Amino acid sequence: MPLTVLEVERIAALARLEMTPDASGTARQQLNDIFSLIEILQTADTQGVAPMAHAQDVFQRLREDAVTYTDSDAAQRDLFQSIAPEVEAGLYLVPRVIE
Amino acid sequence: MTWEVVIGLETHVQLATCSKIFSGASTRFGALANTQASPVDLALPGVLPTLNRGAVECALRFGLSVGGKIAEKSVFARKNYFYPDLPKGYQISQFDLPIVEGGHIDIVAGQGEECHEKRVRLTRAHLEEDAGKSLHEDIHGKTGIDLNRAGTPLLEIVSEPDMRSAEEAVAYAKALHALVRWIGICDGNMQEGSFRCDANVSVRRTGEPLGTRREIKNLNSFRYLKEAIEYEVKRQIEILEDGGVIQQATVLFDPATGETRTMRSKEDAHDYRYFPDPDLLPLAVARDWLEQTRMALPELPEAKRQRFIRDYGLSAYAAAMLTVTLETADYFEAALAAAGNNNANAKSCANWIMVDLAARLNREGLEIAQSPVSAAQLGGLVCRIADATISNAIGKKVFEALWLGDGENADAIIAAKGLRQITDTGVIEKLVEEVLSANAANVAEYKAGKEKAFHALVGQVMKAAKGKANPQQVHQLLKQRLEGGEK
Repeated sequence: MPLTVLEVERIAALARLEMTPDASGTARQQLNDIFSLIEILQTADTQGVAPMAHAQDVFQRLREDAVTYTDSDAAQRDLFQSIAPEVEAGLYLVPRVIE
Repeated sequence: MTWEVVIGLETHVQLATCSKIFSGASTRFGALANTQASPVDLALPGVLPTLNRGAVECALRFGLSVGGKIAEKSVFARKNYFYPDLPKGYQISQFDLPIVEGGHIDIVAGQGEECHEKRVRLTRAHLEEDAGKSLHEDIHGKTGIDLNRAGTPLLEIVSEPDMRSAEEAVAYAKALHALVRWIGICDGNMQEGSFRCDANVSVRRTGEPLGTRREIKNLNSFRYLKEAIEYEVKRQIEILEDGGVIQQATVLFDPATGETRTMRSKEDAHDYRYFPDPDLLPLAVARDWLEQTRMALPELPEAKRQRFIRDYGLSAYAAAMLTVTLETADYFEAALAAAGNNNANAKSCANWIMVDLAARLNREGLEIAQSPVSAAQLGGLVCRIADATISNAIGKKVFEALWLGDGENADAIIAAKGLRQITDTGVIEKLVEEVLSANAANVAEYKAGKEKAFHALVGQVMKAAKGKANPQQVHQLLKQRLEGGEK
């Protein structure tokens, strides 16, 4: 079931990607190629097979509830914030978000 | 034409763990901005989430308390959207396999004749991480981002659309709030955002299919919840009665105007493209872990309420009042144990807690756990009223003295202040004689049939006894003397 250009544009908008018409066309072709593979997979009979959440039959290990992030906080913060475009009073600054 | 209101709530409960759901950073409220944001919370490259056992245990406690089904296997999924307070570009949540499914909360809503009990069904409860905080105060025309809250564990509890009025929605939210505090999974601090509700509201003409709903986001007080729903209902009915249609939307409530308004952002992005998070394996809950959690749960509010009625002979009202919080229930039982466990003492303890103690705590803005009068002290006081050492009126003085720390228990205060009740008939008779001879006018009025005059005389005797005479004896002796005088 080939994707339309409109669908490609919607996916791009959801992913915050700005695409030229040329790029949209290329992406549409590539996505359709992937979907054709998925269509083959979908012909497999999965009747009565429970959906698989993970490729391995193992379960999540749990961590005890304890604060382990105890490095000198302020120093860590300054280090992380040194790569941010703009910070003030410990806050990361971003273009205004209006609700 | 009558309208039926249909409400379902989604509640975000911040879980009372010390560390975050997927990182070892602290969840403490009020730290300096971004000092509790670890590389995992910041979504730095190469990090992996590690699931907090404490957060899972909170979800189990909740599921067991509401009679929900705990999934033996649940799955974490990525909910994808872009927002500056979500550094990864997705929120780790649960989608088609949540940890808890089903369950219910019983509520009592309405007052007087309209008072009714109702069971609100729960759809599900799932674990997820909180986002950071966006500070919209203008910082050179920019928004500030604090990621300390990012990764704080949340339990999102989703109800069925079972509520039919703002009152029922508030009753449900209050019952849920009390429960999560009761079982110790949330501090319940609404100002700090530990308990936030989203309300899905629609209206329909009675008997018709469900109407289009609008979702009011982020209501962090019971009052706002009520006001927002009432406004939204009124507005939807007006639109429909004018022949309009309701557009499905996400709205925000403005407490300043009491109105809701449509959110401009996110409105076109309701396609979250959920998929299982490849960084996390399915979560398995072993049967013995679930059983241990069940054993460790405190007696639940409903069970305790019924036991209070059954074992202590309390009224339904008193039992409900005393089981509003676990602290209140524990205080009551400790006071009763100190007073001596019988139904009369139970009633007396309940009254002291609901009336005198509640009023005093309220006046000072204190919680019952902070009460200067301990449960043992109150029980001691109730005991001395029960055995007629002091009257109820003197009891109030002793209570005040206990509150002010004037003595270590009721007995010490009664002894130090000489408050022991006068029960010696001879002493009271003497006082009665004195009062009668000094108040001839009242005596005459009484004999002329004025009941009020009798009460004035009782008052005079009590005054002469400095409030310490046994009131029943004063009544009895005065009556005998007055009636006898006529013979």
